[in-house]
Amino acid sequence: MTKRKLLALAISALLLPAAGSAMAQAKGKISGDVVKVAVLTDMSGVYSDLGGKGSVLAAEMAIEDFKAQFKPKFKIELVSADHQNKADVGSNKVREWYDTQGVDMVTDVLNSGVAIAVAKVTTEKNKIMLNTGAASTRLTNEDCAPNNVVHYVYDTYALANGPGKAVTKQGKDTWFFLTADYAFGHSLEKDTMEAVKANGGKVLGAVRHPLNASDFSSFLLQAQASKAKVIGLANAGGDTINSIKAANEFGITKGQTLVGLLTTVVDIHALGLQTTQGMMFTEGFYWNLNKETREFSRRFFSKHKKMPNMLPAGTYSAVMHYLKAVQATGTDDTAAVMKQMKATPINDPFAKGGRIREDGRMIHDMYLVEVKKPAESKEPWDYYHVKQVIPGDQAFQPMSASRCAAVAKK
Amino acid sequence: MNRRVTVAYLVGLGLLLLAPMFIYPILVMKVLCFALFACAFNLLLGYTGLLSFGHAAFLGTAGYVTGHALKVWELPTLLGLLAGTVAAAGLGWVIGSLAIRRQGIYFAMVTLALAQMVFFFFLQAPFTGGEDGLQGVPRGTLFGLDLADDIKLYYLVVAIFAGSFWLIQRTIHSPFGQILKAIRENEPRAISLGYDVARYKLLAFVLSAGLAGLAGATKTLVFKFATLTDAHWHTSGEVVLMTLLGGMGTVFGPVVGATVIVTLQNELADKVGSLVTVIMGAIFVICVLAFRRGIVGESLALYKRVIGQKPL
Amino acid sequence: MTEIFGVPIQALFGQLMLGLVNGSFYAVLSLGLAVIFGMLNIINFAHGALYMTGAMLAWIGLEYLGIGYWWMLVLAPICVGIIGIAIERLMLQWLYKLDHLYGLLLTFGLALMIEGLFRDLYGVAGQPYSIPEELSGAFNLGFMFLPKYRAWVVVASLSVCLATWYLIEKTRLGAYLRAATENPKLTQAFGINVPLMVMLTYGFGVGLAGFAGVLAAPATQIGPLMGSNLIIIVFAVVVIGGMGSILGSVVTGLGLGIIEGMTKVFWPEASATVVFMIMAVVLMIRPAGLFGREK
Repeated sequence: MTKRKLLALAISALLLPAAGSAMAQAKGKISGDVVKVAVLTDMSGVYSDLGGKGSVLAAEMAIEDFKAQFKPKFKIELVSADHQNKADVGSNKVREWYDTQGVDMVTDVLNSGVAIAVAKVTTEKNKIMLNTGAASTRLTNEDCAPNNVVHYVYDTYALANGPGKAVTKQGKDTWFFLTADYAFGHSLEKDTMEAVKANGGKVLGAVRHPLNASDFSSFLLQAQASKAKVIGLANAGGDTINSIKAANEFGITKGQTLVGLLTTVVDIHALGLQTTQGMMFTEGFYWNLNKETREFSRRFFSKHKKMPNMLPAGTYSAVMHYLKAVQATGTDDTAAVMKQMKATPINDPFAKGGRIREDGRMIHDMYLVEVKKPAESKEPWDYYHVKQVIPGDQAFQPMSASRCAAVAKK
Repeated sequence: MNRRVTVAYLVGLGLLLLAPMFIYPILVMKVLCFALFACAFNLLLGYTGLLSFGHAAFLGTAGYVTGHALKVWELPTLLGLLAGTVAAAGLGWVIGSLAIRRQGIYFAMVTLALAQMVFFFFLQAPFTGGEDGLQGVPRGTLFGLDLADDIKLYYLVVAIFAGSFWLIQRTIHSPFGQILKAIRENEPRAISLGYDVARYKLLAFVLSAGLAGLAGATKTLVFKFATLTDAHWHTSGEVVLMTLLGGMGTVFGPVVGATVIVTLQNELADKVGSLVTVIMGAIFVICVLAFRRGIVGESLALYKRVIGQKPL
Repeated sequence: MTEIFGVPIQALFGQLMLGLVNGSFYAVLSLGLAVIFGMLNIINFAHGALYMTGAMLAWIGLEYLGIGYWWMLVLAPICVGIIGIAIERLMLQWLYKLDHLYGLLLTFGLALMIEGLFRDLYGVAGQPYSIPEELSGAFNLGFMFLPKYRAWVVVASLSVCLATWYLIEKTRLGAYLRAATENPKLTQAFGINVPLMVMLTYGFGVGLAGFAGVLAAPATQIGPLMGSNLIIIVFAVVVIGGMGSILGSVVTGLGLGIIEGMTKVFWPEASATVVFMIMAVVLMIRPAGLFGREK
């Protein structure tokens, strides 16, 4: 008899989690009368300064602004989670969101490895992913999903071309890469190599480092030994910051030029102008461009104590664009909302005349910037000279070069 | 096995079969995978007295091999699972033969270090996708049933779990299992009785690794994903915790432990963030200091004290 | 001559120097493990977490209290030592009569707790810590660039190792310690307070880890995971060297650091695994470790 009791105990333990999660399945124009937006990002890791809590805040701001402006009849809810830069954690979370929480759209999703996994789940469950964080061009090429995924802010192609061209043309024409060893780094390395070669430069080699590496010195020694004129940093966030610091310690910056291929205003803030002056790279957003960007950024700054870079700014824009499409179509049905979003131009602090192309790429202007000298900076966060506005149709990979099977078939 | 026990098992199985009507099936499948993993581990720690701190290597290896077999070689689902299991058992043979050269604490450190080597191998090997993981593993079909449907897959997972659990039970109660217990209790004595202790240890290690592999292979099927997390030392620590918390050397302990830990992690992850690790650590410490028999072990002891007879 | 075996001399010596730096950390940490193991018979899994704590304390000291590197180099190990003594008194001392594996499990749990706590407080990204002014910059040796700080790390760690060796092998206190390791009951009978010695030993052992942590702070990223990544390698070092002798663990640590550095030059893909491969080979040839004795 007793063994059965024991079994019952074990089994009731198995059944415990039942309480929390009932399947949310409701029919109607807007499922459950709630539009659920989810922010999946890196809250505590090496990229948390790029997106993280800033992205969640930006999504909150977008929802608030939308409510104030449009007085929608439906409810809007926001959930967020930390994927810890692990593709499995991210995709499992999103699967659970779609299956049990009725989430309609997920955004931010920085870290390309995570994003590619989440895009797969999103396609499988036929939901929407507005990727404002991940960079890999695989998301609109090999792993494209034009009916479900929008690549909203930037990509490795756009990042590669600005400095790949500008720096090589300055005569710094031999490159060596220090690359984060996962989807993002590989894409950025590949796209930059192509840009360098297209502009008459030479690639001498590359060394891969793990994400969130603790010590960059040995990798940098390899880069130094290559005798390349330029060391391209195909990494991001904390990894870029640490590579630049280690390069200074080993005196590498004296003979070779470092190019942080994905650098944003928060990285410059962390490193200081003394270390970064003169660096050139592509940005998708700068807070000090015009009145509208300044207004938005100051509002963001008052809550976050940091100026927004292109990730939160893009997240704000994406959430807004999505909600407007839901409002216009009166449904959260994926196909209808995607159609509406692609049909409507985007005009907000982040993008002027932005449009979503058939492969899911959002086309908008990018900026080639140069970091100011300490003396030139007039106020905190005044960091960039905008050297060139790269028009959207030149900044991104042209459709003719697309490797996206779903679009090419047409 | 007497009839009462058989009935009890059938009731348990029945409940498992009904579970997906009430609970998110993916979560139950995850629990079952880790329960199997912990049972396999318990075979080694609880019944042979060997603390392996590198069992994640087997979980991870099987995950990658199965993933690769299904995705790239396009093998049928069952063959894919088998490939992962065999690979894990093979790795178990290699690591086992090295590790049993040392005992006690050294054994734990050697398994940990070798598992870390396996981890780095997967980090760098091209077929694993490194940091990105091996994504988009197809679940395939079984007897014409499309396993992409969570519910159909669920019953396959239950079948795998039940079958392995039965196998572990049989092993424990077999003469082989008795010798393992003898080794745990008193190794010199087992040697003096003429048993080739090293061979028995190695066999137990390989069996445990293979079953851990089966758990990893199944997990890949559930999540369509093989990842570095499975091969990480954190996972090795987790399975120790599950077994310790549930009760090492008890039949149901690992199942209870795995259920509690996986459910806890699932419930807490969004609420307390990285404090989950602190809670896991605290459970570890409490178990070691005051609760060494685990939930099942302590319950049995309590029962014995109150009723005054040995249960079962 | 600017190249050796086709490798620029600058890269070769650079990696050699980095290997030596890593080796110094291995040496200090495995020394601490060996000292603790000798006395308490447990493997201190929390060693990595306490090494990280040392580095974190250095950072916290500078960030919040304005206490500079040199003070923290003294204060942080003492703090870590006190934490260690608390751990020993509150928890470890109840486990001495049990299987030694419980010590490993307990300290593993502690490691998780410490790591999780810092993770919750400061994230995993890693905090920056500037090199103290006196040691910033580098010596230009002509054939290579030697950052002053890295040189200091090697000198400081080796001095501490040497001092520890002297303390244990040549002083009266060390003699008591060795006696208590050999035969605690008899030593107790001679009127020496063995539990006190045990407590202090644990405090000293983890204090060494804290010291290594402060040394590491300006050289790497100070993050919650810095300890756990290192400690597993140190376990392998300990298995290779055996825990029999103090100088043995120091030599093994340094040697393996250098081998690892050289692997980065000649076979970069294997640099993460080379220590484990060596461990496997040593296990096959000499299971007790290079300097170990079969009990």
